[in-house]
Amino acid sequence: MKIAVAMSGGVDSSVVAGLMARAGHEVIGITLQLYDHGAATARKGACCAGQDIYDAKRVADRLGIAHYVVDSEARFKKSVMSAFADSYAAGETPVPCIACNQHLKFGDLLEMARDFGAEAMATGHYVRRIDGPNGAEMHQAVDENRDQSWFLFATTRAQLDFCRFPLGGYASKAEVRAVALEMGLAVAEKADSQDICFVPSGSYAGIVEKFRPDALESGEVVAEDGRVLGAHQGIARYTIGQAKRLPDAAAHMVVKKIEPGTRRIVVGPRGTQSKIVTLRDVNWLVEPREIRATAKLRARDTLHPAAITPNGTGATLTLDEPALAAPGQAAVFYDGTRILGGGFII
Amino acid sequence: MAAGNPSSIHAAGRDARKILESARETVAGYCHARPADVIFTSGATEANALALHALGKGRPILIGATEHDSIRTAPGAITLPVRPDGTLAPETLEAALVAHPGALVALMAANNETGVLHDIEFAAKTCTAQGALLHIDAVQAIGRNNRDWLGMGATSISLSGHKFGGPMGAGALIIRQGIEIEALTKGGGQEQGRRGGTQALPAIAGLAAALGEPYEAGKIATFRDEIETFCINLGAIAAGSTAPRLPNTTNLALPGIRAETQLIALDMEGIAVSAGSACSSGKLAASHVLTAMGYGDLAGQAIRVSLPWNVTAEAVEKFTTAYAAMVKRALRKAEHSA
Repeated sequence: MKIAVAMSGGVDSSVVAGLMARAGHEVIGITLQLYDHGAATARKGACCAGQDIYDAKRVADRLGIAHYVVDSEARFKKSVMSAFADSYAAGETPVPCIACNQHLKFGDLLEMARDFGAEAMATGHYVRRIDGPNGAEMHQAVDENRDQSWFLFATTRAQLDFCRFPLGGYASKAEVRAVALEMGLAVAEKADSQDICFVPSGSYAGIVEKFRPDALESGEVVAEDGRVLGAHQGIARYTIGQAKRLPDAAAHMVVKKIEPGTRRIVVGPRGTQSKIVTLRDVNWLVEPREIRATAKLRARDTLHPAAITPNGTGATLTLDEPALAAPGQAAVFYDGTRILGGGFII
Repeated sequence: MAAGNPSSIHAAGRDARKILESARETVAGYCHARPADVIFTSGATEANALALHALGKGRPILIGATEHDSIRTAPGAITLPVRPDGTLAPETLEAALVAHPGALVALMAANNETGVLHDIEFAAKTCTAQGALLHIDAVQAIGRNNRDWLGMGATSISLSGHKFGGPMGAGALIIRQGIEIEALTKGGGQEQGRRGGTQALPAIAGLAAALGEPYEAGKIATFRDEIETFCINLGAIAAGSTAPRLPNTTNLALPGIRAETQLIALDMEGIAVSAGSACSSGKLAASHVLTAMGYGDLAGQAIRVSLPWNVTAEAVEKFTTAYAAMVKRALRKAEHSA
């Protein structure tokens, strides 16, 4: 069949393109240009495309498949980068990869693939799609260390139906690299990508400063009773539960609350966590209903048993044991390896 | 083909020089110029750069809004807006020449994305009357809509071999008699000191050989119109179709469908179309030509269909079939979301 492959230029999606071609499909490789590489690295004369696009093209050449670069800069800037800064300015801790998956990869790109006549879209995500009695189900990857299901909770059922995730069944990244090597792909030894692709230096403050300088204005660090304990250099530098970057007077305390309106960081002693977590923009991969499941409240989190009650487009999570929940992060519901849905923590 | 360098004085060099000068005479004859007024370059980008550099020195540079990037990137150039059909209003040019006396005006004879023709006869007359110089980018018009631009009063014209069937890597700047050109690259003083660097002889010979091939403009225009009518009936908008145009070009915007999507869909059916302008990454930018014509978002939803000289009824049918399938998919989506 005609299958679109989202190719980032990394080893994972390159192997996916190779696997699809090997299976006899007509493969259409697409690389989204998410930002102007030349501008991002501020090098004079640098091309708008980075090494990753070049790598993706060379992999496509090697595999003998079609490859196109699609300009997604405007969309990425609005739906991911700017939203990332806005979220920090609202006192949240955003997950830009979820927004990118939701709006660009499984949003715009998937629509485009349908429009140009593809019958499915494959990506290099580590997650499994299993055909169940009621349609496609999303399951965690076999390799728990690589599992990306938490980042993909916002994929709708219709989108999931159209998608293929050939790497979900691989036992390890080493196995995937071995396949790349065997296919003769130059990216076989390429390093894994870093946390946030548009923050190559690892310091996200620069992005926040560009879009929302107000989130880096100084303010007060206060105790829960309102006592001023010191100053901070911008609410965007803090997340719920954080102990770092607090004034001496707040030593051994953690951030309990971030108030964007007053630019106050409220701190308190560790340990007093909540059992009730409210979610917005919940995506259900099963029929929405009151369920018992386990929930992950951060990308790398243990599973928290909870009761989940749908509430309009949101939901309420009642945890068996209190846990730390940072607004802007996702709460994703699991039944064993299966993803039942998820939403953003308010 | 001789292996010599046309600048060498040995026999192999002389043979090479003979080929080069014969090519120069062919180009000169074709463009109503003297051989001495033909400067071979690596292509039209370089020819345009040379014209802007040599003729634009000390003069205000006025360019049409729909020019090729090799003209648009001229530093300090003043852009003349075009009308919605892609043509330049006479009064726009007249007013600009009054406001900027002694200017160099750069206009394309035919637009590369829409095929729209500028009225070069009027521009040449007006420029001559105002003491301005006029450079014509004739890349698209050569072989399809030839005119004696120099005879009309233009100062120079540029052309590119691979646009009319020659190999890539050769072009020319052809100047009116008596115009002096200061080189951009001095090098070894080739091309009478006006363009240094060894000439790409094989490409230049190919350029000359490709000139003057027969071109059935009427037949090609009929096929083009057939495609255009078919697509318009399916909801496309043909930009520039009301203006005088080249016979082989149509620019079709399909509202709501990105140019990339259309390009991929057609490419999958073996049809090569282009859109906007591609960066070296292959990323497409929205068409600056359609933007200048006031098409807004549609500038990112348009493809340019260029018919080759040997287009056949079968090729036209292959295109219309693929286009119809693409529109059908788009409509299904629209119904789905409605």
